[in-house]
Amino acid sequence: MEHMSIAERVVRGALIVLVVIFFLFPIFWIFLMSFQTNEEILRIPPGLFFTPTLTNYSALITGKLVTVSGTLDIAFMKNLWNSVLLSTASVAIALLLGVPAAYAFARFKFRLGEDIAFTLLSFRFAPPLLVLLPLSLYFQQLGLTDTYVGLIWVYQLIALPLILWIVRGYFEDLSPDIEYAYRVAGHSWWRTFTRIAIPLAGPGIAAAGLLAFIFCWNNFVFALILASAEKQPVTVGALAFVTASGIQYGQIAAAIVLSVAPTLALALYAQRYLVEGLSLGALKG
Amino acid sequence: MANLEIRSVSKGFKTGKVLDRISLTAENGEIVTVFGPSGSGKTLLLRLVAGVEQPDEGTILLGGRDVTDRAPEARGVGMAFQNFALFPHMSAFDNVASALTAQNAPRDVIRAKVEKVAALLKIGHVLQHAPRELSNGQKQRTALARALVAEPKILLLDDPLRNVDAKLRYEMRLELPSLLKASGSTVLYVTQDYKEAMALGDRIAVLSDRDFAHIAQPAEIYRKPATINVASLFGDPTINLISVEPLASPAGPKIGIGGTLLSLPPGYAHMAGRTCVLGLRAEDIAVEDETSPESFPVEVLAVTPLNERTLLLLRTDDGGEILASEAGANEAPRRHGPAFARFGSRAVLLFESASGRRIAPQAA
Repeated sequence: MEHMSIAERVVRGALIVLVVIFFLFPIFWIFLMSFQTNEEILRIPPGLFFTPTLTNYSALITGKLVTVSGTLDIAFMKNLWNSVLLSTASVAIALLLGVPAAYAFARFKFRLGEDIAFTLLSFRFAPPLLVLLPLSLYFQQLGLTDTYVGLIWVYQLIALPLILWIVRGYFEDLSPDIEYAYRVAGHSWWRTFTRIAIPLAGPGIAAAGLLAFIFCWNNFVFALILASAEKQPVTVGALAFVTASGIQYGQIAAAIVLSVAPTLALALYAQRYLVEGLSLGALKG
Repeated sequence: MANLEIRSVSKGFKTGKVLDRISLTAENGEIVTVFGPSGSGKTLLLRLVAGVEQPDEGTILLGGRDVTDRAPEARGVGMAFQNFALFPHMSAFDNVASALTAQNAPRDVIRAKVEKVAALLKIGHVLQHAPRELSNGQKQRTALARALVAEPKILLLDDPLRNVDAKLRYEMRLELPSLLKASGSTVLYVTQDYKEAMALGDRIAVLSDRDFAHIAQPAEIYRKPATINVASLFGDPTINLISVEPLASPAGPKIGIGGTLLSLPPGYAHMAGRTCVLGLRAEDIAVEDETSPESFPVEVLAVTPLNERTLLLLRTDDGGEILASEAGANEAPRRHGPAFARFGSRAVLLFESASGRRIAPQAA
C-alpha cells in the first residue's frame, strides 16, 4: 500500500476498526457476560469492570441451575452432546449420499436430471415451519418424533442440498479427460471416482461439509418441534434459561460461548479450505 | 490380421454428424497419422477407439476382437491426451505408473518399467515432481510415458506435440518415429501439422468433411492426392490451382494459361472439353529469363528469399497469380519484371472441377 497517502491510511484503518467492532463487539460482550452474575449484567449503567466468576460455567457443567426460587436441573451438557451427534451424523450421511449424487448430476445428462437437482435445492426455499407442521404429524405416526434418527433425517433438508450443489460445481470444473485418462489406463469407473474425482474435489467437499455442519449446528426450529429436551441440541436447550424466576443471562452467555466454541474452532481450523474452496468453485477454468 | 479395424463408424452430436461411416485398418506395428483441419473429428476418432465416446453405428475391432461395447478400461489401449490430462494430485512417477497399478503388477516391476520408459523419454530426474512443477515439455513426455509404459497393442496419440514449443517439437519429431517403432504398438497419431503427419506416418489418413478423403503413404498423398482438398492441405506454399479446360489437338491435349497453349501428358486426352482444375506445386515451376518451348510469359511480382529456397509470386498474362519456389537463395537475386515459367508434364495434377477428384491419366 505504498501509494496511499497518510490520510487515506488513517481513514482506511478507522473504517476497518469500525467494521470489526460492529461485528465482534456482541461476541466480546457475551464473552464478558459469561463471567458475570445476573445482578452485574443487569446493573445500570453497564460497566466493563466486574469480579469474574465461574459460577455460570459450573452451573452448566454440573447441570444444576441455582435461582432465587431454588435449584433447577438443566440438560445443557446433554444438549451440547446432542448438537455434536446430530450435526456430525447429519453431515456424514449427507456426504455419503450427496457426493455420489453430485457426481452423477455433474457427469451424466439424464432425463429430468436438472429438475431433480432443482427440486432438491428447492427444499432450501420452503419456510421450515410450513414443512414442519405436516411433518410432525407424520413423525408421530411413524414413531420418529423425539428420536435421533428422525432428527438426522430432517436435517438432511439442510445438509443434502447444500453439499449436492456445492460439490456438483467442483465436479463440473474437473476436466473429464483426467478421469478418462485414468480409465484408459485400465482402472474401473469406481476406482476412478474414488482415486481421481473425490481427491480432486476434496477442498470443495471439505468446504461444503463444514458449511453444512455449521448450518446443522445452528438449526433451531426442527428440534424445537420434533424432539423433547432429551434429544434437543444447544440452540433449543438454551430456552431452559428462561425460568419462572427470571432470565439467566449469565448462563445464557456461558452457554453461547460453549456452543459457539466447537464450530468456531472447526471454522478457524478449516478457514483456509473454506475460503479457498468456496472461491475456487466460483471460478471456472 | 489387422490389429486395429474401424468399420463404417458414425458419430454425431446435436450440432450434426461429425464422422460419417468411416473405415480404417492398421496393421501390427504400423503408424497411421490422422491428419485434417481442426474440427474435422480427429480427436473424436481417437476417443471412439479408446472407448471414451460411443459410436452411433459401426464396429471397432482391436486385435480381431469386437470392443465396440467395451468400457475404456477393458480395451487395453494407451492414450496420450492433447491437454496431457495428468493427474494433478499424483507425482509424475504415479502418473506414469497408473497403467501398471491397474494390472496389479508387483511394486518392483512397476518401478523398473516406469524408470525404463522415463529414461527413454528423459524425465527420470523429475519423476518425484507434481505435474504443476513440470515444464510443458516434461508434462508432454510424462503423458507420453504414461501411454507407453504398459506396452499397449494400440497407442493413441492426440496431437502430443501441439502444446510444446517449436524447438522441442522439432526434437520430438526426430525422436518419436524410432520410439514408436521400438514400442511395436499400432499407433494412431493425430496431428494438424502436415509435416508431422508426413514425417511420422507409415500411412496418412486425411480426414475431411466427415470421412477419410485419402488414406495412403506420405509420398502418394503428396504426389497423387485424391482430391483438390487433400492437395491443398499438404505443401508449403499451398499448391497452385488454376481453372482450365483441356482442348483436343492433333499433337495431344492442350491447356491455355494466359493465352499460351501448353501440352498436357497424352493420358489426359479424354478430359478434352471438360472443366478442370490444374494443380501445380510451387517447386515444380521453373522461372527463366529466356523463352523456350512449353514456357509461358509471366511477370515476377514479389520475391521472398528464405534460407533454403526463394518464393516467387508470378502473374500470368490473364491476371492469374501463381507461386513458384526455387531451391537455394540465388547469388544474383531475381529482379521483378517479365520472365517465363515452365513446368514438367510429370508435375501436372488434373482434378475434375465438379467433384474435386483427381483424374488419373489413362494409359496410352
